[in-house]
Amino acid sequence: MAVIVLVEHTEGNIKKKSFEAVQYAANIAQKTGTGVTAVVLGTVAEAEMTALGQYGAQKVLHVADARLDELHARAYASALMTAIQKEDSKVIVTLHDINGRAVAPRLAVKLKAGLVAGALSYPDMANGFVIKKAVFSGKAFAFVNITSDVKVISVMPNTFPLQSIDGKATIEKLEVTFGDKDFGIKVKEVNKVKGEVSLADAELVVSGGRGMKGPENWGLIEDLAKEMGAATACSRPVADADWRPHHEHVGQTGGTIRPNLYVAVGISGAIQHLAGVNGSKTIVVINKDPEAPFFKAANYGVIGDAMEVLPRLTEAVKRFKETHK
Amino acid sequence: MKILVCISQVPDTSTKIILKDNNTAINNQGTTWIINPYDEWYALIKALELKESGIATEVHLVTVGKADVEPVIRKALALGGDEAIRIDADSTDSYQTASYIADYARSVGYELVLCGKESIDYNNGTTGTMIAELLDADYIGFATHIQTEGNTVIVQREIEGGEETDSCSLPAVVSCQKGVAEARIPNMRGIMAARTRPLKVIIPTEVVAVTTILSYELPPAKAGIRLINPDNMDELVELLHTEAKVI
Ligand SMILES: Cc1cc2nc3c(=O)[nH]c(=O)nc-3n(C[C@H](O)[C@H](O)[C@H](O)COP(=O)(O)OP(=O)(O)OC[C@H]3O[C@@H](n4cnc5c(N)ncnc54)[C@H](O)[C@@H]3O)c2cc1C
Ligand SMILES: Nc1ncnc2c1ncn2[C@@H]1O[C@H](COP(=O)(O)O)[C@@H](O)[C@H]1O
Repeated sequence: MAVIVLVEHTEGNIKKKSFEAVQYAANIAQKTGTGVTAVVLGTVAEAEMTALGQYGAQKVLHVADARLDELHARAYASALMTAIQKEDSKVIVTLHDINGRAVAPRLAVKLKAGLVAGALSYPDMANGFVIKKAVFSGKAFAFVNITSDVKVISVMPNTFPLQSIDGKATIEKLEVTFGDKDFGIKVKEVNKVKGEVSLADAELVVSGGRGMKGPENWGLIEDLAKEMGAATACSRPVADADWRPHHEHVGQTGGTIRPNLYVAVGISGAIQHLAGVNGSKTIVVINKDPEAPFFKAANYGVIGDAMEVLPRLTEAVKRFKETHK
Repeated sequence: MKILVCISQVPDTSTKIILKDNNTAINNQGTTWIINPYDEWYALIKALELKESGIATEVHLVTVGKADVEPVIRKALALGGDEAIRIDADSTDSYQTASYIADYARSVGYELVLCGKESIDYNNGTTGTMIAELLDADYIGFATHIQTEGNTVIVQREIEGGEETDSCSLPAVVSCQKGVAEARIPNMRGIMAARTRPLKVIIPTEVVAVTTILSYELPPAKAGIRLINPDNMDELVELLHTEAKVI
């Protein structure tokens, strides 16, 4: 009856957000008197997998098939189904990210299970199996009850703070018989932006809007981001004008991010922009117009010219790092 | 090639959410309804482009909803498409929606099903994947570029920190986002032509939902902003460290 959790890794390094998913599964296991079985797919070292015990997994089922190093959603679903049958599981946890969204809905269909996409709370089992999630692009939250016997939950990354415990997971190999369609998708080319912090996973983000005036001023944003170890983002008009690459565009029609810190520079704070960033824990707004709507959604505000404020902030971060080494 | 585009009706992006009935429902009085932007700007327009370039023979639009969604599906038809299908059901979760669409799609046989990367009301991003599973087809999500070559669809899609190019054979389901196509504005000719295009209504075989929404909550108001003097960025950094605890 163990809770099953899908673990993601990049080139063998388990992602931090997968620790969050394991910890989430452990919370449910504890409440229901079961354990956690993590499913690891592809090439990952044993020590990495054992460490999942620190977040509450007792067991790892490892499918050591190198083809699974890349996302093959149908093969992932087959592997998970094998694990679910073996463990007789009723609750399955994935992440609500690009990979999770390709896998969790398949499992939900296979198991005729209700799915909560993007869980923001642990399930409340006092009256059903109720989980909170964001709706209307963060303008409201819904409490969703899963009414089916089997439950699938995709967990919103960067929502549940990690707390490690002493623990080691045991590792078992899992043999999976894949279907002939499981590897139907061929990956032709991968283009990763090297060396930069990936926006979707970044804990700190510095973002620029039309108030930055032009691409020639983006050095100021990049300097601050670099000093902070932050990823960079932008508003839609900035991406539309090709000042910045499209994957940096956040908001209703771009990416949705939930970093610990979002620094918005020269962005007015239109509702469609806020939709992509209003899950951020702390928001700093730098804008020369005291009437800019973004100030209403911010925790900290600086009224001033970005061209002057940014270099000062970068220097201040530098000084801070020197005194807090 | 026949293409099916999934069209969802959603409240306009600037709608203020107001709760009613003891927070168990949304008050939709006065709400302006629009086509989900990802469905309109990217999935639908891409399908039309494929038809204009002679690759697609027919483009059909499908929506799951009661009669009140018809104005929105008509708006979609004004952009283009040969016919629209409304599956007459009040669907409460993605599983139901996907089941209805998949049942219909199976009965016609589409090579390509296009949907949006997510609907901006319930923000699930799960319907497309479910349709693919129900149709025993491949699914490629978060597409930024789509092209076809014979029986193969080649898709550039977003991955963490970059992009990747995937291909798979048809039939397939692809979810669309920015990059796939350029948004268009419906013109008078389209609006007139849409009136003569068929809007079929289908009564589905009922599928039972597996989730229900019990209640809603509005986010708490921000506790008030703290303004920092632009000459004192050290203070801001200190607050981010000691108070917000984010650095
Ligand atoms: C359906 C729909 C979907 C949309 N989706 C998105 C989306 O996903 N993401 C998105 O971002 N937008 C989206 N938009 C557009 C959105 O409504 C706004 O138009 C957009 O966010 C504005 O971008 P901006 O804040 O960069 O520019 P502006 O609104 O032009 O704001 C620039 C700001 O910079 C300030 N400024 C100017 N000079 C300086 C200076 N020297 N120093 C400091 N501050 C300065 C100004 O006071 C102003 O507040 C969408 C719109 C629609 C209708
Ligand atoms: N009621 C609906 N009718 C038709 N298509 C829908 C419906 N709901 C969702 N979709 C499609 O599925 C996509 C993802 O929606 P969702 O899974 O709800 O985020 C949307 O962009 C639409 O293309």
